[in-house]
Amino acid sequence: MATAASVPAHRGIIRRPTATTGWLSWFTTIDHKKIGILYGVSAFAFFLVGGAEALLIRAQLAKPDNTLLNADQYNQIFTMHGLTMIFLFVMPMSAAFFNYFIPLMIGARDVAFPRLNAFSYWLFLFGGLFLYSSWFLGGAPNGGWFGYPPNSTTDPSIGMTFYAIGLILTGIASSAGAINLAVTVINMRAPGMTFFRMPVFVWMGLVVQFLLAFSLPIVTVALFEMLFDRRWQTNFFEPAAGGKPLLWQNLFWLFAHPEVYILILPAFGIISEILPVFSRKPLFGYQFVVFSGIAIGFIGFGVWAHHMFAVGLGPVANTAFGITTAIIAVPTGIKIFNWMGTMYGGDLHFDTPMLMAVGAVSMFVIGGLSGVTHAVVPSDYQQTDTYYVVAHFHYVLFGGAVFGLFGGIYYWWPKVFARMLNEFWGKVQFWIMLIGFNLTFGPMHILGLGGMIRREYTYPASLGLTFWNQVATVGAFLIALSVLIFIVNAIVTQLRKPGLENEDPWDARTLEWTTSSPPPVYNFEEIPVVHALDEFWHRKYAEDKEGRLIRVPAGASDDAPDTHREHAIHLPSPSFWPLVAALGLPVIGYGVLYSWWLVGAGALLAIVGFIGWAMEPPVAD
Amino acid sequence: MQELDRFHEEAGARGVADPREAGHARHTHPSAKEYVRIGMILVVLTGIEVWISYSGLPHGLMITLLFFFAFVKFALVVLWFMHLRFDDARYSRFFIMGFAGACILFLVVLLLFKAFA
Amino acid sequence: MADTTTHAAPAEHTSTGLPSTKLAMWIFLASECLLFGALITTYVLYRGSSTTPPYQHEVFDIAYTSVSSFVLLASSLTMVLSLVAAEKRDFARMRLWLVATALLGMTFVGGQVYEFTSFYHEGLKIGGPGSNLFGTTFYTLTGFHGVHVTVGILMLLSLVGMSWAGRLPDDQAFPVEMVGLYWHFVDIVWIVIFTVVYLIPQPKPPGT
Repeated sequence: MATAASVPAHRGIIRRPTATTGWLSWFTTIDHKKIGILYGVSAFAFFLVGGAEALLIRAQLAKPDNTLLNADQYNQIFTMHGLTMIFLFVMPMSAAFFNYFIPLMIGARDVAFPRLNAFSYWLFLFGGLFLYSSWFLGGAPNGGWFGYPPNSTTDPSIGMTFYAIGLILTGIASSAGAINLAVTVINMRAPGMTFFRMPVFVWMGLVVQFLLAFSLPIVTVALFEMLFDRRWQTNFFEPAAGGKPLLWQNLFWLFAHPEVYILILPAFGIISEILPVFSRKPLFGYQFVVFSGIAIGFIGFGVWAHHMFAVGLGPVANTAFGITTAIIAVPTGIKIFNWMGTMYGGDLHFDTPMLMAVGAVSMFVIGGLSGVTHAVVPSDYQQTDTYYVVAHFHYVLFGGAVFGLFGGIYYWWPKVFARMLNEFWGKVQFWIMLIGFNLTFGPMHILGLGGMIRREYTYPASLGLTFWNQVATVGAFLIALSVLIFIVNAIVTQLRKPGLENEDPWDARTLEWTTSSPPPVYNFEEIPVVHALDEFWHRKYAEDKEGRLIRVPAGASDDAPDTHREHAIHLPSPSFWPLVAALGLPVIGYGVLYSWWLVGAGALLAIVGFIGWAMEPPVAD
Repeated sequence: MQELDRFHEEAGARGVADPREAGHARHTHPSAKEYVRIGMILVVLTGIEVWISYSGLPHGLMITLLFFFAFVKFALVVLWFMHLRFDDARYSRFFIMGFAGACILFLVVLLLFKAFA
Repeated sequence: MADTTTHAAPAEHTSTGLPSTKLAMWIFLASECLLFGALITTYVLYRGSSTTPPYQHEVFDIAYTSVSSFVLLASSLTMVLSLVAAEKRDFARMRLWLVATALLGMTFVGGQVYEFTSFYHEGLKIGGPGSNLFGTTFYTLTGFHGVHVTVGILMLLSLVGMSWAGRLPDDQAFPVEMVGLYWHFVDIVWIVIFTVVYLIPQPKPPGT
């Protein structure tokens, strides 16, 4: 291990930066909190783009035989909408929360591999930009986010090649982040923070990292196979050569099903933090919530072919996957009951974070119910490829994940930015968003069962689908209004001077609230020693004989904060090598599209980046 | 308990803080001779495998034997060369998760296609 | 509490007592099992499905590839011998064995390149007109493996260079162990590939 004494003082290739303030520091930061903010801002920007794409879809579908978008444009818009919302919004926004709060919640100073953390962020950003550059370079991906061959492998536009490469890039970013965060949770907990004293948010984070680590390699193989088919006319999915398009479907869904749990578990974690705080009660059935999260992770790998019930797998396979799909509803249901149990008998405060969390749970339940109907194979035969499915996944993804993420945004905004978002306008956003959301996606159940096929750029008037489509379009614009309200709220809030009257505004339970707002770069003056679940709560409150809470004056409680002296807090210096290394990869991507020279240049850049990274001293000289 | 000194970011020390690990590191390392012995066994097994592939045995038996020997070689390298036999059980747990996952993926996907064709 | 920065051999204090880098490496290798699992599944799914020649039995030279396999196996041995040397703090010998490992690795990759070129000249293509599923899946699977070997060689040579220039931390055995784990993994993937791709005989397509 490197110490000042045992490694001769040396320089890397170029002097390692030291500044932690200033605009340049954002490019060299390896601080998990700044990286969390970078993820959050980038994810939100992509959310707006994905939302604009959604509005275009709804505008096109507001009337039958509409000509706002032609079929080719529509295909690109709905494909990019899906890709953006999944890979460039929900996942990175979850990463924002994991990055910012996991180290704080476990009492650590940073993640296990801070430079690797920066590398993951930059590669995600470059991957997203790479994907979007396709609009300007011949056309965006147009084969749906699911990219089924032979359509995707034979489409003459360049878009699906951008799809394959872009998702490989973002996949590498997420894989690196998964290993980083998993090791962080396993290895960097504060003294006394056993696994079963970790906040549920951290547990959900841990499960998500393993889902990522084990599912991403599978889709990476599929994406390379698609890339090779498109770029070098290989035969993976070419039926004339004996290739099987269904291989893609299997490999893709082997990833993409765990992916939906990757999308929802972070929000479940956030909900599990918010509900106890705003019910002023501990989470009901903590261990059940934890174990059900782990169960969802495992079983989530066993249901993928339920996306393929109608392709002709045969009754044995269909039955098996129908059963596993029904089974996975159980641990999810367990969570719902535990959340209800948390609220029951609690001293409920419906501030915006709580509204968002309760909204998320209820909307998710609706989506879960339609999901259960999908598990019944004959029923799914009627629903598949219709708007009923679109309704289902938007209820769980938007209803569950997005409301949950907004809950996290309102809940943790004061911690990150030292200002409170306006509570009145927060509530306004919530209600308009809730109404708009239900107006948009509720009718889609009806449209689906009424025969409206998904992924179609228009529909004839004679089908009688017009009315509910119009309702859905109105709903979508209401959602947009609610997001606009949020943006104004955020901007006005940030224009105020930072500084919280109360640094624990929600009277919260977990360790991140023990620091100043925002936390100092090293997080904790002294690493806390943890004695219990909800450690922070126990430092503030004891209970009297009747179980009522008594506020403990600082230091007087039985569990006085037990910190231990530190001599000096050493943090690794910032670095620009992660950015350099990450930049090499999209350059290789462009090279695969256009020129072997670019492949070489990108590879060289990446290698130089990695070598510089390996050679630089831990702190600047 | 001592604080987590983050100065040595990514340094990856041997975890000497845990005496069990240190003990393992010092006393149960195979010697160079033992590693060479394992290497010889691997060579012999490979030779047997090649012989089997030329042997003209019935197809089913051949596949079984070949998979068997491949698995033995795999295990030898993982347990001895990669030191999993002597290391903390947690490393094995993670590796087995991945390895089992890969095996299950292989079996189920192939089954889905046979059940199909 | 002592200031850990002045210790001669400071310990890494982690919740499990296990070094973070080693934990990360094992989780990474577990995920790599799935990468190669998906590739091997593709290969096996498509074995015997090519509709046009050349076919496996026409191009494979098992004797040649067996030599390649011995080379890679030997490189695992030299890798572990380098670790033994590192743990004895005989860093010159460690570097020698690392170089040997890299050379054996380069021999393996060189052998692959030669094999691919000769297959190509016998008409086996990865894609495009005249290609078949065998070419597609064979080159992809063994190519992915070969890229992994190449990355391993780069890491080995970097280790040698950094050790020689005094740029490694005092406990040189640790990075050697980490690179060794990766290298052995690449070897065990080859053990599977050699068996599944080369040794398991394929039913010949009718008429050949």
